[in-house]
Amino acid sequence: MKGSNLGEFEELVLLTIAALVNDAYSVAVCDELEKHTGRAAKLGVVHAVLNRLEEKGLVKSRMGEATSTRGGKRKRYYEVTHAGKVALTNAKDVRESLWRIIPGFNLEGSI
Amino acid sequence: MNRFDNQNNRSGDKSQVAQPPRWAQHLIRWYCRPDLLEDLQGDLNEYFERNLKTKGPGRARWIYCLDALKFFRLYTIRKPDFLNLFIHWIMIGSYLKTSRRSLVRNKLFSFINIFGLAVSMSVGLLVISLISDFLSYDDFQLKKDRTYRVITSYQNLDEPAVELASTSVKVGQEIRKTVAGIDELTILRNGFSGDAHVGETVVPFEAYWADNSFFKVFSFPLLKGDPATALKEPYSLVLTEKTAKKLFGDVDPLGKFVRFDSLNYTVTGIAKDVPKLSHLRFDALVSFATADALLAKKDPNFHGWENVWQNYVYLVLPSTSDPASLQPTLDKLNAKENAALKNRKFTVALQPLNEVVLSKRLDNSIGPTMRPIAIWILGGLAFIIILSACFNYTNLSIARSLRRSREVGIRKIIGAMKSHVLGQFMAESVIIALMALVFSFGLFLFLRTQFLALDPHIGDLVTLDLSPRIILYFLVFAMVVGLAAGFLPALFFSRINALQVIKDASTVKVFQRISMRKALIVIQYTLSLIFIATTLIGYNQYRGLVLFDLGFTTENILNIRLQGNKGDVLAKELSEIPAVREISQSMMITSLGSIHGTNMKYTDPRDSAMVWLNQVDEHYLPVHNHKLVAGKNFTLRPKKGEESEAIVNEQVLKRFNIAKRDPEKALGNVVTVDGKKLTIVGVLKDFHYGTMDKKIEPVMFRYSADEPWGYLNVKIASTDLPATMASIDKAWRKLDKVHPLEAKFYDDQIEEAYSQFSVMVKVIGFIAFLAICIASLGLFGMVVFTTETRLKEISIRKVLGATEGGLVFLLSRGFLGLLLVASLVALPATYFFFDKVVLTNFAYHQPIGLSELVIGIGLVMLLAFLMIGSQTLKAARNNPAKVLKSE
Repeated sequence: MKGSNLGEFEELVLLTIAALVNDAYSVAVCDELEKHTGRAAKLGVVHAVLNRLEEKGLVKSRMGEATSTRGGKRKRYYEVTHAGKVALTNAKDVRESLWRIIPGFNLEGSI
Repeated sequence: MNRFDNQNNRSGDKSQVAQPPRWAQHLIRWYCRPDLLEDLQGDLNEYFERNLKTKGPGRARWIYCLDALKFFRLYTIRKPDFLNLFIHWIMIGSYLKTSRRSLVRNKLFSFINIFGLAVSMSVGLLVISLISDFLSYDDFQLKKDRTYRVITSYQNLDEPAVELASTSVKVGQEIRKTVAGIDELTILRNGFSGDAHVGETVVPFEAYWADNSFFKVFSFPLLKGDPATALKEPYSLVLTEKTAKKLFGDVDPLGKFVRFDSLNYTVTGIAKDVPKLSHLRFDALVSFATADALLAKKDPNFHGWENVWQNYVYLVLPSTSDPASLQPTLDKLNAKENAALKNRKFTVALQPLNEVVLSKRLDNSIGPTMRPIAIWILGGLAFIIILSACFNYTNLSIARSLRRSREVGIRKIIGAMKSHVLGQFMAESVIIALMALVFSFGLFLFLRTQFLALDPHIGDLVTLDLSPRIILYFLVFAMVVGLAAGFLPALFFSRINALQVIKDASTVKVFQRISMRKALIVIQYTLSLIFIATTLIGYNQYRGLVLFDLGFTTENILNIRLQGNKGDVLAKELSEIPAVREISQSMMITSLGSIHGTNMKYTDPRDSAMVWLNQVDEHYLPVHNHKLVAGKNFTLRPKKGEESEAIVNEQVLKRFNIAKRDPEKALGNVVTVDGKKLTIVGVLKDFHYGTMDKKIEPVMFRYSADEPWGYLNVKIASTDLPATMASIDKAWRKLDKVHPLEAKFYDDQIEEAYSQFSVMVKVIGFIAFLAICIASLGLFGMVVFTTETRLKEISIRKVLGATEGGLVFLLSRGFLGLLLVASLVALPATYFFFDKVVLTNFAYHQPIGLSELVIGIGLVMLLAFLMIGSQTLKAARNNPAKVLKSE
């Protein structure tokens, strides 16, 4: 089941990680998602997706430095792998090619 | 007020730094995968801190809990280990239940397993308590870890060195004087024994001369007296509580006198009785100053470097000091002292206290000693039969796997992992081993009394008492046995393919394991056969030793130890007893292992050789039927200080080439012994002076009245032995009221001299018996199992017209083949082991009869045939209709 296909939420999380660059860890990803999509990203769900993305090899993670906040616990930072980048580009291409073939009138006026 | 304040403070603290709920934290720690834990806790904490600011502590805590629970849902999928563990714990009840059912359902197999393990483990328990006893020798010595004994190696010319536990007084004094960094040092001397008199009371005792530092080195507490000065003055005596009681009764003995050899000793201390597990055992201690005053005066060499035969030096090193660092100093001392000697060398070294009892062979050892090799042998034997019982367990468990594999298959399908199945079966075998321990403990209690009674020395050496520590060892031992026995079956079951089993139980590859089972049976039987052959060979050799024609007669000769009494007087009393035929006197009893030697010279003054000797009177040769090749018995009765005649054996003529070994011409030749010139008046036929493991060597009989006789040799021809013994005892009583009569028949003494050997034969025989029982039980189990599983095949064959004999042959063929292989391995192995290794140590051993080996093998085979035959016949006689109908 675990192919290279990206689910919608997975794609969003992956994009967020790419956007956050060096500061991509679970809570930051949640916050960023909430900011851009407006919908409440639950920590548990985000965690599950991060884990799944890592299993698929689209992101890789490393533990950060110890911090005084978070009860002294370290953060796990995520980074998009090459495979992740390819998957994102593919997804974007698919959308763009679909957008390209939509006849202009088809969406006009309906929004 | 205060309390109120405190409460305020505490609640103030709480509002300042609110913490997430504890139970939620624990919950996460419990279920979370370790590699994710930190990340997750961090996230929860970060949210908690954020919520604390925006939503207040109450809500923050509430959200924390919710999130913790939500994570639980996700991570359950990711990391199911804890769930398995959980299930595992729940399942233990079920494991126990199925194990118990399997035990009860297969009564025969359970019996074989538990009984076999119990029997073999009881020997293991015996060995454990033996080893424990040996290792706890001298444990009560507080400075045990840093106490050392000085031991001596004595070398004369190129002869092999003699290793001695004793050393010279000088070594002790020199070390004390010149070697720095030694905490304490004490010098002991043995040989102070005899009768102590207090008024009319006479008590025989064994004591040591010990110097004043004795109580600083050793922890023998004094009940009365001052340990610092008790052994300082000459003629001071420290008694043990028991001896003091015997001598003085309830009177306070301190300061009283004890007479010993017409000298008075002052009692300066009462020591607590010596614990049983102490290598030093004594009834009393005499100050070493006494030895200086008494012995050193007579013997100018008393303090000499070469006087190494009776003294023991112990020292205590500081806890920081390494005994090896002392050796160079000792070597320097050796070199300095040996420089003054010609041809001889004495080298001293240190031996730790814990190696004194369990040590290499040392002569002049003090107290009981045990060679570690004996323990290793006994342990090895125990190990072998425990292994045999474990083989049974392994074999039978795997054989039954057809039945239990379905159970395992179902367990695996509902989620049991390999490790769980492994754990279950290991736990089952441990439980069985613990059950076996209960029985084996009972057996051990019985074995212990038997073992201690086997030989008087054993009871002297060990107590085999139980202690909490020993019980703990027993439990650990049982668990180890259980794990060892259960390992292979558990491994086998854990590898079972669940799906295959459920689909079709008959596909379980039990029969792939057959080669291993065969191998185990062969090993078991090989060991059993070796054991029984060993026992029979050993017994035969022992009989051979005891009944060996020594070259003289020992029949009906009663040896009476004179214990310092006058031989002539007793002989006169005894000669009035009608059953007494002849009486002779001798210094020692030959052929029992103790030897006395002296140097003899012939014409060449530079050529001297060690000759063993016995000092005998003119009746000795006729009483013992010694055969003279030439010459005659002693003719002169020497007065005190005179000695002129010697009777030698043929080996003496050979050694010195006297008269070109012609006995007749050797008569009249003169040899020099102890500075005395003795004329050879007789030549004896060679006889066994030493024990049978020694070659016949030069021996001489001499006749002098200088030294007291040791024994009376009384030849008895009695029809009523008890009455004769009673009258001998009466005659003895007239002479000596203190010491009980010590009289033993020569034949019995010879048996005693080889008692170690008989103990060994008995022990090995017993273990052989157990080994055969266990192997037979195992074989029986296997036969029953095989015939049961092949019942259908047998029935069909029978229906098709197979004869009973043919069926029995079919069923037993495989087993008989295994037994054949086992005997083919065991026979030559035993033969070569004895022929090339063991019996080469005995100069005059019996040849190994093929009959012993064949009888042994025959016995075991007969037993095996009976078992196999009875079971296969039972199967062959089954009514095939019944079997086939039920299928």
